[in-house]
Amino acid sequence: MRRTTPGGKGIRGREGIAGWLFVSPMIIILGLFLVIPVVMALWVSLTNWNGSVNPFQGGPGAQFVGVRNYTDLFAKDGLTRSNFMQSIGNTFWYVLFVVPLQTALALGLALLVNTKMLKAKGFFRTAFYFPSVTSSIAISTVFLFLFSSTGAVNALLGAIGLGQPNWFSDSRGLVHLLLGAVGVDNPSWAQGEVLGRTLWDWFSGPSVALTVIIFLVVWTTSGTFMLMFIAALQDLPVEVDEAAALDGTSGWQKLRHVTIPMIRPTLFLVITLGLIGTWQVFDQIYVMGKGNPDGTTLTPAYLSYQQSFGNFKYGSGAAMAFVVFAIIVVLTRIQRWALSDKDERRPLLRRRKAVTR
Amino acid sequence: MNRRVSPVKQVVLYVALVLFAILFIYPFFIQIATSFKTDPDAAAHPLSLIPNPFDLHAWKQIFGQGSASVPFLTWMKNSVVIAVVVTVARVFLDSLAGYALSRLRFRGRGFVFAALLAVMSVPSVALLIPKFLMVNYLGIYDTYTAMILPLIVDGAGVFIMKQFFDSVPVSIEEAARMDGASIFRTFWSVVLPMARPALITLTILSFQGSWNEFTHFLVTTQSLEHKTLVTGLASLVSGQLGTGTQYPLKLGAALLTTIPVAVIFFALQRYFIRGANEGGVKG
Repeated sequence: MRRTTPGGKGIRGREGIAGWLFVSPMIIILGLFLVIPVVMALWVSLTNWNGSVNPFQGGPGAQFVGVRNYTDLFAKDGLTRSNFMQSIGNTFWYVLFVVPLQTALALGLALLVNTKMLKAKGFFRTAFYFPSVTSSIAISTVFLFLFSSTGAVNALLGAIGLGQPNWFSDSRGLVHLLLGAVGVDNPSWAQGEVLGRTLWDWFSGPSVALTVIIFLVVWTTSGTFMLMFIAALQDLPVEVDEAAALDGTSGWQKLRHVTIPMIRPTLFLVITLGLIGTWQVFDQIYVMGKGNPDGTTLTPAYLSYQQSFGNFKYGSGAAMAFVVFAIIVVLTRIQRWALSDKDERRPLLRRRKAVTR
Repeated sequence: MNRRVSPVKQVVLYVALVLFAILFIYPFFIQIATSFKTDPDAAAHPLSLIPNPFDLHAWKQIFGQGSASVPFLTWMKNSVVIAVVVTVARVFLDSLAGYALSRLRFRGRGFVFAALLAVMSVPSVALLIPKFLMVNYLGIYDTYTAMILPLIVDGAGVFIMKQFFDSVPVSIEEAARMDGASIFRTFWSVVLPMARPALITLTILSFQGSWNEFTHFLVTTQSLEHKTLVTGLASLVSGQLGTGTQYPLKLGAALLTTIPVAVIFFALQRYFIRGANEGGVKG
């Protein structure tokens, strides 16, 4: 565009000034409350700051300790490491359950709602999506009541003659419970220690208490992901349906060989967002468990908070947060790599060109 | 094309959908009903949707007769004021930045956009301590400034607006500018009115986001009078205010926290749905 106004710096020049003016509030706010603070926290993670003095002046209460806060998390035997490793173990199980469950439920609901000729489509979509827009704290409160020992879930279980667990005070792991049912209890072969925890502890499975949080999160997030899947399904060309119908493929085959490959970008997005979200679970923990019982609902995000604002070990808490940050970055990278690789290897049904939006 | 669905399949489909719908909606009905129950009734009949006896105790406690340790009305006022201020500021500042990144040619634009994307990918868990550090450093800990100022711009909102402006033809604004209107003038009276759908989506996302916000207020405030409904509810539920079980009160407070977003949701659903798909970009 070569338009210039006579006698001035020209539209180009005015645009330059206006452009910077327009983005300056964003740069100031995000810089001041996001970029610089992260750098400050990186510094604090290298100190033993206890919250009482200025963290950037050194001296007692804010000494530079190098990478000790980080090495303590992995290499030094002690409470910090055992808590941190337990929180990592808990989250590992949590992610393992939540991500596949919420992805499958979201896709399932999307396929149901997207059925042709379905009546009251809007109603069902609204019903499934509504929990996603509410406050995580409010909804955790509701679940706290639903799963309390005298709550609705236990009333329901009692009505059909099943056991009524004490959900929030039960620290037994699901895998331990399963193994216990076949008579395996803390066997000698599971006594090896990895990072300060026995294999038996690592493989405990999510505790009963953590399972409630898994239910809650799957229930509240599938609605959002369902909408993403619906959008992707509606973008599929009609011809694909016709071709599949002509081929006489069954519903399941069509889903596996036609639909899922074609919505792969959305599937990738949903799984990635799921991974990023699950590693950060905090609000629900704050309301429903705070790490109890026996640390089985501790997550790194909550532990980092507790270590900083509860125990005033900000350096250690910040170090935990950065480790989680790193885990999230690595996971999304692996995820991206794995999915793209698979894409090249597995041929789509009859090599139809993948339709990307 | 018209694959006929057998009646049996259709029945199964509807049964499945209805069962799921109950699973997703029934907890909210329980929540409403329980807030009108007495404590013993709530514990004895947790599944029932009919309060017996019908009891307004919880609601009286929330409106007016709240104790000093549970000042619901103050929290409500905080929630409303903060959500409104943050929403108005965000919609304006996000559109300004989104417009500049989409339309205005200035040196460093590519860098600013790349930096924005990088900043957006920082997970919120890594921001708890940083936010506290900065707020502390600026000496604004436990003030409304600390609650509001860091929220008035959000990366995802800027991104949504930029995407929107990218998709709008440039011709109308060019005509306005040829007529000699200034850049801001063009933005304000020509561009923004055209951007209505995106602005509504952004308004909803901002209101919902700031109304439901928890961690930011958790690390930047501590006193009772700076709590919002969400942070207040969290401390009520986690037992810090020493109120005991009292499920009707807690569920009533949770309901109150849910209602404003629910009302907007039911009124402006299609914008919510658009937002959910666009919000997919944020981490």
